[in-house]
Amino acid sequence: MRQILTLSLVFSTIRLATPLVLAALGGLYSERSGVINIALEGLLLAGAFTAASVTYYAHNPWVGMGAAMLAGAFVAYILALACIRFRADQVVTGTGINILFIGLPAVLSGAIFLSSGSTPQIPKENLLPTVSGLLPGFMPHWRILTEVSMMSLLALILVLLTRYVLYRTPFGLRLRAVGENPEAADAAGVAVNRIRYVGVVLSGALAGIGGAYLSIGQSSLFTRNMAAGRGFIALAALIFGKWRPVQTMLACLLFGLADALTIQMQGVAKLPSGEDIPVQFIQMIPYVVTIVVLAGFIGQSRAPRALGTPYQKER
Amino acid sequence: MKLLREVLYPLIAVLAAFIIGGIVVLLIGDSPIQTYRLLIGSAFSWPDGIGYTLFNATPLIFTGLAVAVAFRCGLLNIGAEGQLYIAAFATAWVGIKFAGLSAWLLLPMCCLTAVLAGAIWGGIPGLLKARFGSHEVINTIMLNFIAVALAGYFTQYHYKAPGDPIMETVPIGSGAHIARLGKFIPGLPERIPVNLAFIIAILACVFVYVLLWKTKWGYEIRATGANPSAAEYGGISIRKQIILAMAISGGLAGMVGINEVLGYRYRYYDGFSANYGFVGIAVALLGRNHPVGVFLAAILFAILLRGGIFVDAYTIHVSKDIVDMLQGIVIILVALRPDAIFGSLKKLSKAKA
Repeated sequence: MRQILTLSLVFSTIRLATPLVLAALGGLYSERSGVINIALEGLLLAGAFTAASVTYYAHNPWVGMGAAMLAGAFVAYILALACIRFRADQVVTGTGINILFIGLPAVLSGAIFLSSGSTPQIPKENLLPTVSGLLPGFMPHWRILTEVSMMSLLALILVLLTRYVLYRTPFGLRLRAVGENPEAADAAGVAVNRIRYVGVVLSGALAGIGGAYLSIGQSSLFTRNMAAGRGFIALAALIFGKWRPVQTMLACLLFGLADALTIQMQGVAKLPSGEDIPVQFIQMIPYVVTIVVLAGFIGQSRAPRALGTPYQKER
Repeated sequence: MKLLREVLYPLIAVLAAFIIGGIVVLLIGDSPIQTYRLLIGSAFSWPDGIGYTLFNATPLIFTGLAVAVAFRCGLLNIGAEGQLYIAAFATAWVGIKFAGLSAWLLLPMCCLTAVLAGAIWGGIPGLLKARFGSHEVINTIMLNFIAVALAGYFTQYHYKAPGDPIMETVPIGSGAHIARLGKFIPGLPERIPVNLAFIIAILACVFVYVLLWKTKWGYEIRATGANPSAAEYGGISIRKQIILAMAISGGLAGMVGINEVLGYRYRYYDGFSANYGFVGIAVALLGRNHPVGVFLAAILFAILLRGGIFVDAYTIHVSKDIVDMLQGIVIILVALRPDAIFGSLKKLSKAKA
């Protein structure tokens, strides 16, 4: 066990949890407003592809990240338009977006870079930096803390910011009201559907940033379907975290730890019987945990009451 | 009028998706007409085009029916993907474990396993919803991942041939093979993998039609989907219907295992599904959750799957990924509520006037 429980495990956990945190935070804004966001997977992919392509041409990761944020927001706007204006089923539309973004980035990369499914390698100096990489003189004795990606730091800040926005600002109050009881919110003069648009678009922007981290943070190019289910794990973390920012982040860290363990234990850890610990069982943890939590075995996790129902003003 | 609408809306959605796709192709710098000619035209050659199209359609008919039955009960089964993986593995497991049995015994056992395994995996989220009220969408998504991991584990650690670099099980007993259609149809070579599972898929369409519209069970499922509180008031146990509908749905999705394991690869092959479970959602929606519509929609998507290969080979820029793209757009477009679209159009024209 000694070999596993090292500092590198901590870093690996943070690294793997970062995109989950960003996507799950995105999901939080959408779902708290009452719109189910199954599309996190597709939004991550949209962000990842945009970030890699734009960074390749702009030679600047921050431009790439900004573009990924806009791309995520734009795709989420389409989701919002379909679900709110055209009252499409939220889950079905989200599934459509997920499938669309398996195909579309591959089609585009095939056309732009002539290699179906992946973008060209981006040189290391153009990737999103670590804290110490961006600020070399910053806290020189705390290399342990400054080795993490700027994006991990950003994710942490966004979690705290979200917590503040959600519980301490009028917008947060409206967002929660619209997700819990749209009729009452409407009666109190809140523009229900406008708040929902904002919630969904914010969710796309955040998931877009998460996608950027996947392609130009922890890797150096976009590959086909590179989100590999992280959007769904983020969704699971959101449920496990009971739709609350800090708890959701902790859930992401837990799932990140499960992921980090799978990677580190491969070929190292053995069961008492001398066999390898099958990675599949560790991979399953987040999903099993979510089902158990959702069934109410470990504390009830209650969704926003109006989650999934389109709102139509009484006429 | 109603029939016209049921046929017209899906056609408009497909047409609109093709136009959007065509614009993308044009922007990329290829000819949309040539792309669509390859994408659709290549499916009609005999025997390869038609044979492979029917083969590709088979799993989509099963998953489309699966999603449709759940939809009729007001449930969204996004878990067909997991159900078909578990079922395919279980089918292969029986085929391997009892390989020595005669075909008369082994084949029905394997088919039954496919249905039962799928039904159990689909029934779990049904049970969870009925018992704890937890949302079937989230649970089916989670069960998809668990199914893939479980099947992967058993394949890798217990049923792989030693030294085989591919994640696949050892072959099933030959008694469990089902015949390819080439055996019965002159001119259709047996290398084309369309098999008796396609006939089973047609029978499944008939079964679903009879179940939903000609039996008490089906009536109760539809009543629950149409108006749960009214159904409950009428003496129908909603909980029972939810479990039943999810189990039937899972059983139908599980039949993909018959096509894949018994009729095509004769073993479990890790990651075999080309998103069949998710495309099944598009198939069901496009087919208006009716067996006839599901059959036609499955054929359409199968044509695209086949055509994608030719698009890859014969166009300069466009890749076969355009098929995924079109599927995604179709799903989004058929999900839109026509009345909401017309409402917005009216508002728009009023604003202009």
